[in-house]
Amino acid sequence: MKKYNLTHLRELEAEAIHIIREVAAEFENPVMLYSIGKDSAVMVRLAEKAFYPGKVPFPLMHIDSKWKFKEMIEFRDNYAKENGWDLIVHYNKQGYEAGVGPFTHGSKVHTDTMKTKALLEGLSKYKFDAAFGGARRDEEKSRAKERIFSFRDKFHQWDPKNQRPELWDIYNARVHKGESIRVFPISNWTELDVWQYIRLENIPIVPLYYAKERPVVNIDGNLIMADDDRMPKELAEKAEMKKIRFRTLGCYPLTGAVESNAETIEEIVEEMMTVTVSERTTRVIDFDQEGSMEQKKREGYF
Amino acid sequence: MTTETKLNIQDFLNQDEKKDLLRILTAGSVDDGKSTLIGRLMFDSKMIYEDQLAALERDSKRIGHAGEDIDYALLLDGLKAEREQGITIDVAYRYFSTNKRKFIIADTPGHEQYTRNMVTGASTANLAIILIDATKGVITQTRRHTFLVSLLGIKHVVLAVNKMDLVDFDQKVFDQICEDYKNFVAQLDIPDVTFIPLSALKGDNVVEPSKKMPWYNGKCMLNFLENVHVSSDRNFEDMRYPVQYVLKPDNNFRGFSARVASGIVRKGETVMVLPSKKTSKIKSITTYDGEKDEAFPPESVTVTLEDEIDISRGDMLVYPDSLPRVERHFESMLVWMDEKPMDPTTHFFIKHANNNTKARIDKIQYKVDVNTMERSSIDFFSLNEIGRVVLTTNKPLFFDPYKKNKSTGAFVLIDPMTNNTVAVGMIIDKLSSDNLPSRITEDERLQIRRGEGLIVNEQYEKRYNQKGATLWVTGLHGSGKNEMAFSLEKQLFEMGATVVLLDGSSVRSGLSKELDYSPSDRAEHLRRVAEVCRLLNDQGIITICSFISPDKEIRKQVAKIVGEDRFHLFHMKADLDFCKKNKPEFYNQENLEYVPGIDITFDEPENASLELSATDNGKNPEKIIEFCRENGIFPLQ
Repeated sequence: MKKYNLTHLRELEAEAIHIIREVAAEFENPVMLYSIGKDSAVMVRLAEKAFYPGKVPFPLMHIDSKWKFKEMIEFRDNYAKENGWDLIVHYNKQGYEAGVGPFTHGSKVHTDTMKTKALLEGLSKYKFDAAFGGARRDEEKSRAKERIFSFRDKFHQWDPKNQRPELWDIYNARVHKGESIRVFPISNWTELDVWQYIRLENIPIVPLYYAKERPVVNIDGNLIMADDDRMPKELAEKAEMKKIRFRTLGCYPLTGAVESNAETIEEIVEEMMTVTVSERTTRVIDFDQEGSMEQKKREGYF
Repeated sequence: MTTETKLNIQDFLNQDEKKDLLRILTAGSVDDGKSTLIGRLMFDSKMIYEDQLAALERDSKRIGHAGEDIDYALLLDGLKAEREQGITIDVAYRYFSTNKRKFIIADTPGHEQYTRNMVTGASTANLAIILIDATKGVITQTRRHTFLVSLLGIKHVVLAVNKMDLVDFDQKVFDQICEDYKNFVAQLDIPDVTFIPLSALKGDNVVEPSKKMPWYNGKCMLNFLENVHVSSDRNFEDMRYPVQYVLKPDNNFRGFSARVASGIVRKGETVMVLPSKKTSKIKSITTYDGEKDEAFPPESVTVTLEDEIDISRGDMLVYPDSLPRVERHFESMLVWMDEKPMDPTTHFFIKHANNNTKARIDKIQYKVDVNTMERSSIDFFSLNEIGRVVLTTNKPLFFDPYKKNKSTGAFVLIDPMTNNTVAVGMIIDKLSSDNLPSRITEDERLQIRRGEGLIVNEQYEKRYNQKGATLWVTGLHGSGKNEMAFSLEKQLFEMGATVVLLDGSSVRSGLSKELDYSPSDRAEHLRRVAEVCRLLNDQGIITICSFISPDKEIRKQVAKIVGEDRFHLFHMKADLDFCKKNKPEFYNQENLEYVPGIDITFDEPENASLELSATDNGKNPEKIIEFCRENGIFPLQ
């Protein structure tokens, strides 16, 4: 009997493939939200596996805040092209034209306008009734209670008090017109699982995850990379070369780097095993206020 | 970094990737120290990061309930409002791993009003940790949690006897609790129970063996969790492959994707497809990582078959020597999950093994009190109530009893108005389908008769010169029964009889407006017609009924409602080709569903009063009039 036992990674993989297929079978117009990060990379590979040897029957959508790292955009376009993905890129045109950005408007206005609002616009524009996200329950406290099929009302809002019961691997996919479901196929994965899977499957990821000499500025204790000339001069002038890498990727002015020597996946994992700081601390937005992630989620942010 | 350490990390990762997964349910209340236990398992296995710990220390001082100590419960209670109330309301999933295993903990609240949350957490767990406060012993809550764990089919229970520090680590206290629990658990179906004395607060027997309880020779909690053997709990015997998705990338490849629910899928093996019962051989088991010779639960794969068979989502592949039950009518245990109480007239959506159809609750056999396990009868369920029910679905389900096979024995009910998951069920396989009550024969309803009228039967008969009776014509769509019925009505009317004609369109346009043509709706439709006939017959009126009424059981039930002595069945005998020629505009439609003779069986009546020939339909009214005369229905003799 010993033979018929899956490793934890293969069990998580089988669970995620089942979830992804279920969405394709039950919804009319699903989309996979693609953030270009490591979790998205894993989710995209799982989708490719789910429909092999066929093509994945839904598109990818990237919500571009216009402040992502240059290397992320380059990676995104190459990946989609090489792997035959149908890629939608959406951004908040109004916000972009008004010049909204973290340096001038602060992290809250920027995130509300260029991320949350842009996401809701994108979902409404294409009338998606299901959207995959790469969120994991181990990331943050409010996510630990979220369903795998997470119901959103007409305004894309999440009501943590009124979640549908979710038992076994039976997922309720019924929605009325205008309502939708956010689906989290890697809910049960931890950060370590994600890295181990990337290693096991040899999944390509944005090079920013690997340590390299890069120009960074210390802003309020966060190491922010000077990625383009939109960084205010007085800050950019202070930039110094440090060997750094990123544990999560987002808008470059809002994503803190960590000093590191980890140049390979193995070294990243080794670093993780000894690390004592959780990954979301490199995200500036979480510190706005107590319970800020829960607030953002209620409003429709992932 | 040196080459040597690089090699080590490679080895470590290769080893670490091979760990398996254990899903745990924790049951108990905050007072039992449940969150403290989980917090300690996570903390001591170093899965609490430093910044989370710092936030925890900060929060503990502000809203903590643990005095000066770090309140581990705060780490686990996710949502803001809940944190302030000091209770975990929902199910929170927690993750940690050791060198041996990865763990997922479903942490659920312990109070009775959160029964549904515990049921949710239990549905995916391999093992349950039930906490007991050593100062309190086995209490009502312990029994409730154990009952729910057994209901959801968890095979391994660890009874964590916590707060041993408060009873001076006394072996006698522990032994007494074990004995009380053993006596209780014997009546439930839990094959493996382990007892561990511990102190979550002080850390005794959690991660490290305790020095204060030398009399205890068993494993500490973490060591036990790392080693308990659960992989053989899955059903590897009965192959069930519920098709989830049909994969047709091009004309050459036609694959059926699914997660193996149970048993082993083997290449080359002969499989039967349900519901068509066609057989073929498994040609390949395809995955992104290459072809496989076999697949086992819970793997997600894609199979192709040797023959081209029409298969869609919801169909099931099985081995012909081990078939599941295929039924529309079955019993299950049901847990009501919705704030809104059950409305017995609702026609729910049911989701079962990738099958979506509709279901109705025919009868609640009994309700179980979760505290005492006593049974009582109720008319509907409210939030958190559990009971045994009889259900009827529109399409047959392919199922096994939940006890034998969780994947094919579990289902959820969804409210068609709100789309909420309102109930969850676990199928029982004790009685055969014909022995189950269905709503149409509910004894109580038949007992209710109309109040005492002032006119007696004989007076009606004399006035109308007839006996109240039902002339029921059954036959396929297009057999000509309606034409015959209208002609019969006219002739009887002209002869002076008092008749009322009921047919599909007249009843469906009003009385049965909300019903469709599915078997369960059809049964309800005919039940209503039968009740109308009974009322009219009671008042001396003859009813002529023209209904396809394909199911012989339903016809029997109609006869029962009307009264068997005054129900007369006539069969308009016609073969399908005749009917198709007669009603081409109906039979030529695409996607015909629920059509007797096409996708639903038409049971030919064996006991009809008269067989009518469809090809000689003109003579049939006269035959029935003759029948009425001979039997003294009209005119009165």
